[in-house]
Amino acid sequence: MTKSPHLSRNNFVKGVVGILGTLMGVIVGLPAIGYLLSPALKIQTSESWIPLGPLDNYPVGEPTPFSFTRTKINGWEKATNSYGVYVLRKTETDTTVFSNICTHLSCRVSWHDDIVQYVCPCHDGHWNKDGAIVSGPQPRPLDTFENKVEDGNLFIHFVEG
Amino acid sequence: MANKAFAWLDERLGLTTIYNVVLDRKVPKVNWWFTLGSASAILFLLQGVTGMFLAVYYVPSPQSAYDSIQFIMNGVAFGWLIRGIHHWGASLMVIVVFLHMLRTFYYGAYKYPREFTWLTGVVLLLCTLGMGFTGYLLPWNQRAYWATTVGTELPGTVPLIGPFITNVLRGGAELSAVTLTRFFAVHIWFLPAVIGALIGVHIYMVVKLGISSVPDRED
Repeated sequence: MTKSPHLSRNNFVKGVVGILGTLMGVIVGLPAIGYLLSPALKIQTSESWIPLGPLDNYPVGEPTPFSFTRTKINGWEKATNSYGVYVLRKTETDTTVFSNICTHLSCRVSWHDDIVQYVCPCHDGHWNKDGAIVSGPQPRPLDTFENKVEDGNLFIHFVEG
Repeated sequence: MANKAFAWLDERLGLTTIYNVVLDRKVPKVNWWFTLGSASAILFLLQGVTGMFLAVYYVPSPQSAYDSIQFIMNGVAFGWLIRGIHHWGASLMVIVVFLHMLRTFYYGAYKYPREFTWLTGVVLLLCTLGMGFTGYLLPWNQRAYWATTVGTELPGTVPLIGPFITNVLRGGAELSAVTLTRFFAVHIWFLPAVIGALIGVHIYMVVKLGISSVPDRED
């Protein structure tokens, strides 16, 4: 066969197979990626004021735990998650509400009365009564919630997502 | 650069040899019926891949099976597409595998020296039907439930050991969570493992022995 300056049949077929193959790969691949990622992209945000009961329930100067649950639909399942906070009434009117979620890697911290510190059991993080870092790997003081008092009841502003 | 990298790999993996032996092998002049084997293999891969994707969200429990599939269909991007391909691919695979068997039978391609290839093919056909049977229960809807009730009742008519077979299939006297999980395990692990291994043997035989030609007047 003489050498033709034009595209050979063999190369033409190779090219077409390559182009069609890439096209089909994209047509099939993109939906597949979307399928895997879509639940991660659908993050439901919610915010609400959670009642923590009468302010008088909380003694002044002593961190007091409070827990509540929130329900949420994940995929096909309705899940109930529980959350914990520590209420610290510094004075009669000045109240701080700490999240019990460790600022390091989200384990749950607890108040230890004997050493007057919050302790995270996972990597031994310590905070003082005001939520400031004493020792440990955590990058931030304990997170706090915005709070308000209405008719003698304490509320925190809870934001999710 | 690409050529150098390829040459390096080729020297170590023997890619050119594989290409020459597997893809560039000599074949007789045949017709389109001879594509059904490749089509069966491609359909198996397609079912495997879409099945892996479905397993990302599907839960094999009576409480969640139906709801997790509803989530795949309505809650996940392109879930309807992945499940649709798996659903229609399943029926298509049974049809294509069956036609592949008919072609082999009518062309006499099962004869010496290909008897063993035929035997593995018989098991592959039965496994394909087993995949259809076990997969049919997984949606856990009315149709699935009653189809499996009937399907597991059938072997109950076998003399003496019939009721025992039924109980083994169901994992108890009636359809339950135990039935669903064992059908699921067989559907995604046991049968695919057997089919994958046998496809390997089957294709090895095809490459080793070459394919038969279309029989002519003399045969």
